[in-house]
Amino acid sequence: MKIRLVALAVLGLGASAVHAQEVVKLGVAAPLTGTQAHLGKDIENGVRLAIEEYNAKGVTLGGKKIKFDVQAEDDQADPKTATTVAQRLADSGVKGVVGHLNSGASIPASRIYNEAGLPQVSPASTNPKLTQQNFKATFRTIANDVQQGLAIGKYAATKLGKKVALIDDRTAYGQGLADEVEKAVKANGGSLTGREFTSDKATDFLAILTRIKAQNPDVIVYSGMDTQAGPMLKQIKQLGINAKFITGDGGCTGEVIKLAGDAISGNAYCTQPGLPLEKMPGGKNFNERFKKRFNADVQIYAPYSYDAASAIIEAMKAANSADPAKYAGSIGKVNFPGVIGTVAFDAKGDIKDGAVTVYQFKAGKWEALQ
Amino acid sequence: METLLQQTVNGLVVGSVYALVALGYTMVYGILGLINFAHGDILMIGALVALEAIRLLQLHAPDLGLIPTLLAGLSISVVVCMILGYTIERTAYRRLRNAPRLAPLITAIGVSFLLQTIAMIIWGRNYHTFPQLVSTTPIEPIAGVFITPVQIVILVVSAVLMVALVLLVNRTRLGRAMRATAENHKVASLMGVDTNKIIAATFIIGSALAAVAGVMFSSNYGIAHYAMGFMPGLKAFTAAVLGGIGNLGGAMLGGLLLGLVESIGAGYIEDLSFGFLNSSYQDIFAFIILGIVLIFRPTGLLGERVADRA
Repeated sequence: MKIRLVALAVLGLGASAVHAQEVVKLGVAAPLTGTQAHLGKDIENGVRLAIEEYNAKGVTLGGKKIKFDVQAEDDQADPKTATTVAQRLADSGVKGVVGHLNSGASIPASRIYNEAGLPQVSPASTNPKLTQQNFKATFRTIANDVQQGLAIGKYAATKLGKKVALIDDRTAYGQGLADEVEKAVKANGGSLTGREFTSDKATDFLAILTRIKAQNPDVIVYSGMDTQAGPMLKQIKQLGINAKFITGDGGCTGEVIKLAGDAISGNAYCTQPGLPLEKMPGGKNFNERFKKRFNADVQIYAPYSYDAASAIIEAMKAANSADPAKYAGSIGKVNFPGVIGTVAFDAKGDIKDGAVTVYQFKAGKWEALQ
Repeated sequence: METLLQQTVNGLVVGSVYALVALGYTMVYGILGLINFAHGDILMIGALVALEAIRLLQLHAPDLGLIPTLLAGLSISVVVCMILGYTIERTAYRRLRNAPRLAPLITAIGVSFLLQTIAMIIWGRNYHTFPQLVSTTPIEPIAGVFITPVQIVILVVSAVLMVALVLLVNRTRLGRAMRATAENHKVASLMGVDTNKIIAATFIIGSALAAVAGVMFSSNYGIAHYAMGFMPGLKAFTAAVLGGIGNLGGAMLGGLLLGLVESIGAGYIEDLSFGFLNSSYQDIFAFIILGIVLIFRPTGLLGERVADRA
């Protein structure tokens, strides 16, 4: 505290401010270079917009007027760099971190933030493991793969048909997602005609599809990646199976459309965690503010990082302190209307009622439904 | 019943591709005693070269028609693979012909990695869409069984090639020389057989078959990428061992059988094991069969005809 006051005195340059102002830095960690740089910048800009708006409104903590600032670090979407960056943020005295983008970066970094007692809110990482490590202050504002599995199962059983056949690729992602789908199908009055398995290297699915055909399901759920989903759609058509097809975010790509060729139709669905911007409660307004400030379009994650930064600041306000040790406990209790909807976390740190969007194949591309 | 028939057709189609590739393994093994692990990657190169050739043809000669384009692409890829097979034999294996068995084996694995890496540099890591020149839309189902024109082509082409190869080996001078070399290449060379030429010919023929198999594989599934040769290569090797490596008839039988076992295994394993096993054991199922066969018939189903070779 003493050091900070000294630093402030120096920083303040004896500006004889009418009221003493304290600078509170929030860290942002995301890939700011490389192929995902546009997404990382999106996250950084979301946080910037949030703190600038809070600064404009004015926040007072413990009697002091607070000026928020951002320290952005580039994790290069790389797990090793992510841990270096996390340590740098922890050492430089930021009060909270919004990041990272990739689950592979978020998970190793979360350990360092946890040890440093620094709250972390990820706007983009969906792997369930992130919030299952029993860390007190690890949160995310985007739906995780468990929530996605529930959404797929519910949509399949209630909208596409009662009899569901489930295929997964036996990877951590595919199997985890499929387990959640199975639970959700049963919870929503559907029944599983069978569960089949393949691998993330397979190209021939005729044997399992023939078996599925004999069970005559209304819908086939594939939990795996696009490189399998594409050829699978082709073979579904080859065998004359009329069932609908739905897959998770691993198959919700342009690659599937390319690989499936003429075998993909309006019978194909997929899901992605998160909402498209225009469907978010505060989306339209946010988009205008964002465009005005950065002269750029929202990619995907800016609303999530905006709400992540807001959650941290709201928690600081509730605890009346920017000290991580004091406000960390309040993040789990925040409940405010954000851009993406109501921002509130469950006991693990996942966003409550995380949104998952269902897409349907229409006119050559995936189109958002609901 | 329909399901069983459908699984049989599925199995026969996959099995014929395995059989074609297995022939390459078995011919080389029969003559050299070498397991050419790079063989699966020749299949991959065959598919990717054909893909590239077809793309170029479609760009520069769009009026050629579907079947001529495919045949031209196939011919180019067969020729490229023949040259590749010869080059690999000449540069990587010939020098090691009298070396201990492990040396060429490790070299073969090295060549496999080399081919994959080269393909990765040229064509990248992405999956490519293979042009659908023969339709994959099923024809009118026969007795409830769906079969596509591509699958029919695969069955017919494989059968024709297998018969042609058997005729080549059993009825021609080249075939006789190959059999002589397989039996004892020192004695064969004393009898005036140019064994180097014969061995080169074996690699060339095997590579041509692999190229055809690669093009058929990619046409069927509509995809091609740099690592696609690994699984069919491994399965074909298994098929060759199952049938009795070194034995042509064994490779064909092994290939078809493996295809059938996989397909029917994946389709019925859950019912047969009362829910204890499921289709995640699809690949393992084939290897269980292999294990059982090898316990009772260590030289494979039809046995190795050249087993007593020194």
